[in-house]
Amino acid sequence: MTTPNLPIDIALGVIIYWLLLAVAGLLLQNSRAISQWIFPAGAAGALVLAVSALSSLGGAINVAVLPLGLPDLPFHLRLDSLSAFFLLLLGAASIGISLYSAGYFRHMEGGSLGLLCFEYHIFLAAMALVFLADDAYLFMVAWESMALSSYFLVTTDHNIPETRRAGFLYLLIAHVGAVAILMSFGVMQGGHGDYTFSTMRNAHLTEFWASVTFLLALFGFGAKAGILPLHVWLPEAHPAAPSPVSAMMSGIMLKTAIYGILRVSFDLLGMPLWWWGVLALSLGLATALYGVLFAAVQTDMKRLLAYSSIENIGIILVGIGLGLVFHALNKDALAALALTATLYHALNHSFMKGLLFLGTGSVLHATGERDMGKLGGLIHSMPKLALLVLVGALALAGLPPLNGFMSEWLLLQAFLLSPDLPLPYLNMLVPIAAAALVLAAALAGYVMVKFYGVIFLGQPRMEKTAKAHDIGAWELLGMGWLALGCLLLGLFPVFVIFNLDHVTLMLVGKTLGSTAAQTGWLLLTPIQPERASYSPLVLLVIIVIGVLFTLFVVKKFYHGRLRRGPAWDCGFPAQTARMQDTAEGFGQPIRQIFEQVLGVIREVPSPYDKKPHYHGETRDLFWDLIYLPIAWVAERISALIGKLQQGRIPIYLLYSFVTLIALLAFVR
Amino acid sequence: MAFSQQLINLFAALLLLIAFAMLSQRRILSLINLFALQGLMLSVSTAIVAWSSHQHHLYYSAALTLIVKVVALPWLLHRLIRKLDLKWDVETIINIPSTMLVGLALVVFAFNLALPISQLAGTITRSTLGIALASVLLSFLMMITRRQAVPQVIGFLAMENGLFFAATSATYGMPLVVELGIALDVLVGSFIFGIFFFHIRDTFDSLDIKNMENLKEN
Repeated sequence: MTTPNLPIDIALGVIIYWLLLAVAGLLLQNSRAISQWIFPAGAAGALVLAVSALSSLGGAINVAVLPLGLPDLPFHLRLDSLSAFFLLLLGAASIGISLYSAGYFRHMEGGSLGLLCFEYHIFLAAMALVFLADDAYLFMVAWESMALSSYFLVTTDHNIPETRRAGFLYLLIAHVGAVAILMSFGVMQGGHGDYTFSTMRNAHLTEFWASVTFLLALFGFGAKAGILPLHVWLPEAHPAAPSPVSAMMSGIMLKTAIYGILRVSFDLLGMPLWWWGVLALSLGLATALYGVLFAAVQTDMKRLLAYSSIENIGIILVGIGLGLVFHALNKDALAALALTATLYHALNHSFMKGLLFLGTGSVLHATGERDMGKLGGLIHSMPKLALLVLVGALALAGLPPLNGFMSEWLLLQAFLLSPDLPLPYLNMLVPIAAAALVLAAALAGYVMVKFYGVIFLGQPRMEKTAKAHDIGAWELLGMGWLALGCLLLGLFPVFVIFNLDHVTLMLVGKTLGSTAAQTGWLLLTPIQPERASYSPLVLLVIIVIGVLFTLFVVKKFYHGRLRRGPAWDCGFPAQTARMQDTAEGFGQPIRQIFEQVLGVIREVPSPYDKKPHYHGETRDLFWDLIYLPIAWVAERISALIGKLQQGRIPIYLLYSFVTLIALLAFVR
Repeated sequence: MAFSQQLINLFAALLLLIAFAMLSQRRILSLINLFALQGLMLSVSTAIVAWSSHQHHLYYSAALTLIVKVVALPWLLHRLIRKLDLKWDVETIINIPSTMLVGLALVVFAFNLALPISQLAGTITRSTLGIALASVLLSFLMMITRRQAVPQVIGFLAMENGLFFAATSATYGMPLVVELGIALDVLVGSFIFGIFFFHIRDTFDSLDIKNMENLKEN
């Protein structure tokens, strides 16, 4: 009992510890104590969880039954490699976010901080339980606690009507998704009435019911992940939430949905059908392209990051889809490659997106501004923040030697190998999909140039931006941890892949590590050395040498002729901050090219207008095409049902009379 | 045995007839008298069943019915309408001939429905099950078609009569404890109805339930 179950006991201990911290925060009501002690203590718990999860990757499967829950319906827990990987992701990313929160929330008023601390740690514990759950009952309980606690976190600033609206939208879509997940479990248990996952693994469903389960699960988890067309809550909820919460939701919570899809489609359902993969692949591509296009035209920095999260979820879903196709067609080595890329990207995304959301939090704290059109030149007043955000932005843009490049490159390798598929039509589709993925990745680079350039480079557009204070020690520590993660995950891919092997071994029965490291740990070769290989360390050395050499040459031969001039100065004699490129201006080409997709509304003033006013807006087309019609239909149906309420007793009596007669006639 | 069966059938027919009479009666005062008469029929028929089938507990039920439904409730209702000063006519929502036609259809339906059940029942009263069901449905119909509160309550009480009769004819009555409980419920219910009547009249200056439409949420 002691040794084999140690990892799961540690994980449970951390969950209980987080719950205790939550209650402690609620009782303390003292903002100094909470920010200085509780949040760092939460980070320590996260560290313990991450280390224990890392060590249990590839270990024996741990099972536990908790005597909680309803009578005769105990909670089943299970820690396998898939759970361990996601617990690692949760622990590792939340270390940084919790440390950052210790500094970020220190000025918050005690009572509301106590409440926030409570919700924050409940949220952490619920996510950990989602990864550990081994029956549908505990899974749904944890899933809903996660949704509810994050709803309250999103609506921290509930006195702002927009925030309440965003929170409601989030809760609504989360619940629609939860219903679909519940139904998916209901189908999957195959009429046994036993909702443990082990029953579901052994329930042999027919192809039709397995497909129904998969579609329901894809819909339900897609609502949480933000897969098209259920993505609309992300750009509303992320700007409304406090930045560490956005970081948690985008970095970690979206991954719970990825975990759910992987768990259902690879583990619980057994053998997938190939068209599921094609469906996930197409949805993922659409989501990725849509997300990145909208990210390119945003002016609110947190909305931009929210759309970028949609894009990354799309990329992850592409990986899952590709893995499903390969697995269904018995190309398990390739499935392992695709899944490695997927898991790798999920891990990377939680680091880099967490880092960037925390960065926006510091910008917001220092300037009080989310609109990129009013920021600018922050690199002068906040150099430490600028450096850390640069790491995150480069990683998210997919530039080597950082981690974002690694996973996207692996995914593209998986695409390039797909021509051996036995389905000719699929073979024709795959290059197109690869091209679309590359387009999304390139546009992501564009988005990051915009994000970083407009906020940090150039001249300050506002007085207070120029005088902003740089980040404090806790923030530096938290963001530094995540930035270090981005760097290390990019530099040592072979070690990461060795650890991911345990998960792919469990899901598809093949590994990538031995292939990847066939020419030594320095060089990563996904398939064969002659096809493609990549060594981030060597690349880093080359980059560093190149930069140093250039610096040396400039110093040596250019010295003395160096002039310092204002940024973006193209020889104009007088230059103001208003002349530099804005967020709208930078996004303009994308808006022109993709006007059909974006739903652009533009009001341009006439030349004779005394007070010229320009207004440009990009609307999410899904609002008009899907959500508003659904809302309209729901309203009409409720109006019809409302007619039943007449307020006249004889009518009500008549209802029961008719019902009685109908039932009597029925039983006869 | 045949004679008591004939007697039970006769009283059952009278019960149904009174139900129809109540359906067609406009005046509240006569309605209460009819209700008392229906209670009497019920009591007598229960007593006959008890005598012919040697079910002693049915004597108690018959006595209970006599006390509650023939004496106490009509007396309460008489007092009530004297205080509220509404002895006379009651408006109906649907006119009386149409109501009677609907009632006819209900009786046919009830007999049709009771046919398979009465074939299963082993009691001597089984042929009256259809009548019992029909009087339940007719009382329900009366509740629907009356516009004022007092006739609706009488309809409700008459429905209880029908149910009681159904229980007697299908299974020789419910256990005595249950019957006692029901009798008490009916009494307490009438008290509560009475209190409500006064409140309704105080609020709306009328007992016409049409006024309750104002309570509807818009």
